Amino acid sequence: MLDPHGAQASHIADVWWGMLLVGGIIWAGVMGLLGLALVRGRWRGDGWQLADDYRHLPRAGLALIVAGGVALPIIVLLTLSFVGSRVLAAQVAPGEAPATTIEVTGHQFWWEVQYPAQGILTANEVHVPVGQAVRVTLRSVDVIHSFWVPQLAGKTDLIPGKTNQMWLRADAPGVYRGQCAEYCGLQHAHMAFLVIADPPDQFAAWVAAQQRPATQPTDPALQQGAQVFARQGCITCHAIRYGAGDTGGKVGPDLTHLASRGTIAAGTLDNNRGSLGGWIMNSQAIKPGNHMPPMPMDGESLQALLTYLESLQ
Amino acid sequence: MSAVPAPYAYPRGAEMEGSHATGWWGMVLLIVTEASLFACLLFSYFYLRATVPAWPPVGIDKPDLTLPLPMTAILLLSSVAYWWGERGVRDDRIGQLELGLGISFLLGASFLTLQAIEYSHKTFAPQTNAYGSLFFTITGLHGSHVLVGLIMNAVVQVRTWLGHFTARRHLAIQNVGLYWHFVDAVWLFVFASLYLSPHLL
Amino acid sequence: MATVAERPERAITDERLVRLWETRPGLLGKLGTVDHKEIGIRYIITAFAFFLLAGIEALLMRVQLAVPENTFLSPDAYNAFFTMHGTTMVFLFATPIQSGIANYVVPLLTGSRDMAFPRLNQFSYWVFVLAGLFMYASFPLGQVPAGGWFNYVPLTSATYSPGPGIDFWGLGLIFLTISTTAGAINFIVSIFKLRAPGMTINRMPLFLWNMVVTSFMVIFALPALTAANVLLELDRKFGMHFYDPTGGGSPLLWQHLFWIFGHPDVYIIFLPAIGMVSTVVPVFARRPIIGYTAIALATVATGVIGFGVWVHHMFATGLAPLSLAFFGVASFMITIPTAVQIFAWLATILHGRPVWRTPFLYVLAFFFDFIIGGISGVMFGVVPFDWQVTDTYFVVAHFHYVLIGGAVFPIFAGLHYWLPKMTGRMIDERLGWLAFGLIFGGFNLTFFPMHITGLLGMPRRYYTYPPNMGWDGLNLLETIGAFILALGVLVFMWSVLHSLLHGEPAGDNPWHASTLEWQTTSPPPPYNFRSIPTVHSRDPGWELQYSDETAQYGDETLSRARETLGTTLHDARPEELWAMPEDSGWPLVLALALAVTFVGLLGGFLWLAALGLAAVLVATVGWLWPTQMKVVPL
Repeated sequence: MLDPHGAQASHIADVWWGMLLVGGIIWAGVMGLLGLALVRGRWRGDGWQLADDYRHLPRAGLALIVAGGVALPIIVLLTLSFVGSRVLAAQVAPGEAPATTIEVTGHQFWWEVQYPAQGILTANEVHVPVGQAVRVTLRSVDVIHSFWVPQLAGKTDLIPGKTNQMWLRADAPGVYRGQCAEYCGLQHAHMAFLVIADPPDQFAAWVAAQQRPATQPTDPALQQGAQVFARQGCITCHAIRYGAGDTGGKVGPDLTHLASRGTIAAGTLDNNRGSLGGWIMNSQAIKPGNHMPPMPMDGESLQALLTYLESLQ
Repeated sequence: MSAVPAPYAYPRGAEMEGSHATGWWGMVLLIVTEASLFACLLFSYFYLRATVPAWPPVGIDKPDLTLPLPMTAILLLSSVAYWWGERGVRDDRIGQLELGLGISFLLGASFLTLQAIEYSHKTFAPQTNAYGSLFFTITGLHGSHVLVGLIMNAVVQVRTWLGHFTARRHLAIQNVGLYWHFVDAVWLFVFASLYLSPHLL
Repeated sequence: MATVAERPERAITDERLVRLWETRPGLLGKLGTVDHKEIGIRYIITAFAFFLLAGIEALLMRVQLAVPENTFLSPDAYNAFFTMHGTTMVFLFATPIQSGIANYVVPLLTGSRDMAFPRLNQFSYWVFVLAGLFMYASFPLGQVPAGGWFNYVPLTSATYSPGPGIDFWGLGLIFLTISTTAGAINFIVSIFKLRAPGMTINRMPLFLWNMVVTSFMVIFALPALTAANVLLELDRKFGMHFYDPTGGGSPLLWQHLFWIFGHPDVYIIFLPAIGMVSTVVPVFARRPIIGYTAIALATVATGVIGFGVWVHHMFATGLAPLSLAFFGVASFMITIPTAVQIFAWLATILHGRPVWRTPFLYVLAFFFDFIIGGISGVMFGVVPFDWQVTDTYFVVAHFHYVLIGGAVFPIFAGLHYWLPKMTGRMIDERLGWLAFGLIFGGFNLTFFPMHITGLLGMPRRYYTYPPNMGWDGLNLLETIGAFILALGVLVFMWSVLHSLLHGEPAGDNPWHASTLEWQTTSPPPPYNFRSIPTVHSRDPGWELQYSDETAQYGDETLSRARETLGTTLHDARPEELWAMPEDSGWPLVLALALAVTFVGLLGGFLWLAALGLAAVLVATVGWLWPTQMKVVPL
């Protein structure tokens, strides 16, 4: 939150520093008063005798209560209310038409990502054009999750039965890490995603690549891998889309462009051959409680499968 | 030292009534907390209702008032009977108390019987959908409060027969009465919310 | 003052009062005592035991989080621990320990012989113990709830949390609520009806105002929790659809019901604690409180406004902006009554003569840390800021600063202040300062860095975290701080044990305080005061208006029968004499019958639940059946 690269996050960070300053001054002021009260007291001697004017109600004391307890808070809070409502209004509406809409659906423990206008389906990774607002709709198929990219914006929950909306704008190119921010079960801690802000031409290239269906493998090495994919049962939960008509299940992330993604297992591991192999053989050892069972297989099948998966750009 | 003050010669607490009696406060506060519980349930009812366009949901008819209307009348009458009985004990007419308690009990029991019949006519179950869950839970919780009230009524009836209550000493009658009138009042809210409002709003 | 030898009637009166009021020997006395002092001490000890359990859970979590990608705890263990840590601290420690302290102190502050409903008091304690055991039985059965202390659906529905874990939580809390509600009713009626003659409503000690307001909050807020839990259990066990969107239900209904309870609950925890601050400050500033009326009204205002801010726990759920704006502003407003109280206490110290003893140290720590928590809390009212920091370690820091700074420190102040009255022994000041230093230092070292890790993006409820996020060093510091805090708690426990074994005798009034509890012995006799005192000011001890010279021998001492004096609500004019019950076994029997019912519901043994309900009926009738008042013939 302190390293903002997006419109909303920047605005919030500015407000934060202002509140920290004012809050710090208030705290220091009250501590100063307290310190004064304690130091003054020492000069009045020790022992249990009552304060000299204990029978009287000092007007100064009542004045302090009104000044510090009523007037000061009212002033500070009115200011904060004003500032807060301005910030809220700005955050709610982007002030520009969104460049595109991204539909995010939360699952235990991964993020399904769709770009309906472009016909894209991927997982755990979102690409946005730099400097342009995008709308994000948020749904969940199971429990409550929360979509949070601290460097870009505040979080919004994904609630089953409800569709929430937020918008994002990244102001500089880069890779921004997002995390699930609502306790969603055993692997809530391993449900991250990446938001990658691309300059316009790179974004267009990415969109085009994602729109391409997978090509039926002709290379025998790849064909062997595709067969392993089907034979070992991966196809029951995961889809690799070759064209019209989906092939494969929708329980787990779509793998059509698996190799184009920077991480696997919702940001838990880097996407490389070794990690992928370890994940497939026993994802439960890495992310216990995730919904993918261990898929042990012989070394040859695994290598063929990995080669095939690496081809899915 | 100052003159010797007179010894404390105050009435017995057991002969106090209303807000002078600790037991009355106990019952009133219990009623307030139970009322808060029902308020939360009715909040839940209206909240879930506000999330859908059709209420009752498609496939369920608007609530039939054939039984609930007389049920309401019966429950109100049972409160009147109880109040009349309580008047009796204040005037030291124990017979009137016994009669009032008895009539109130019978009317209350009739209410529950009619409610059971009403339940058997429903075309939906608590498990059907949120509407069903809400209907049976809210009316069921109210019904269980009626049942508890009947048990309390039975106990004070036994105590009446044993001669525990006099014109001066009948706090338990007052407290059970408070509870019974509360249960009655809750029914009016439940009736208005669950039975009437789908027809009106 | 005439000695007992010169006033032999006094000795006879004392003996009569002891016969009327002392706890019976044997099992009936042990289990069935209705003496509020014994019940209060039991509450404090039991609640402290839960505090230690919750503390151990926290230490285990901190060990897991000391380094990134740690494997000390499995995810299910970690999730169970954070659930039970929060649940135990909030429900089995914070409120019960304050109920216990209040139980001990309220009848003494009101100048009465006992609470208004002594058997209900005993009942509240037994239900608390049984409900706590009920929830902790989940550990040996390996079915610990792991839904978080606020238990959001659908994660905690039967689909995503199969097994009885969540039922231990939901049914356990419904069970516990009976105790809390009974206690609240008892406090309200005791404070309304049993105050000493002359203790008008604006002369009563501020702690009593706090207990009344807290108790009314309990009356109104706890039913929301019960409703939420009942609907949850109906969904889980009977397939209903309150929270299930596919059946027309809504997960947000749980959040509304829970937080309609949950936000008032934080004030239910906070208000008795600041009642202790209002108690300790005048004594250690050696002057009556400045701003009594302001504090009393501020307490009431906090209690009322506290019901209007719950949605601030739901700012990230996608509600309409108008709703967000309203609840943001309401959340700001609740600061004002608290600020009034802070400046009233400050004014009192400024115009007083501070005396540095351990209870006062904890009050100073309260100012230092609670205000930090309050300021961070105000920041959450700026909704977009909330969107960044809610569900992160920033909010964990905030609520620990307000709960530990704002409640635990005052509780420690209250314990150090009142333990000498309860035990008759002083706690060694050096040990007190040592424990304080470790607790204060450990607390700040543990929780201050959490503000930073939260701002750096670390979410809460994560059983582990990746390295190189900038969180590593801070987490290690926090773990070290937690162990220092734990050491401080151990030193505190040692200091109490030491005081019981070797502590200096306290005498009646070691703090030279002004309220009625200090006008009797330490510990007080079973009957509290030889005669019901008459009060003429807010600080009877300092105004020296209270003197038992005015007590005569006869009915003013109420030594004929086991009874106490009832007075009117506003002006505390004596009105009636209340016969007080003797030791009784019915409350325990009723509590056990309820436990049987809840065990039946938990396991799905409806025959057992029905049997339990039948026992409940029998026990209730038996309890309420009229008995004779205890009399000692003249």
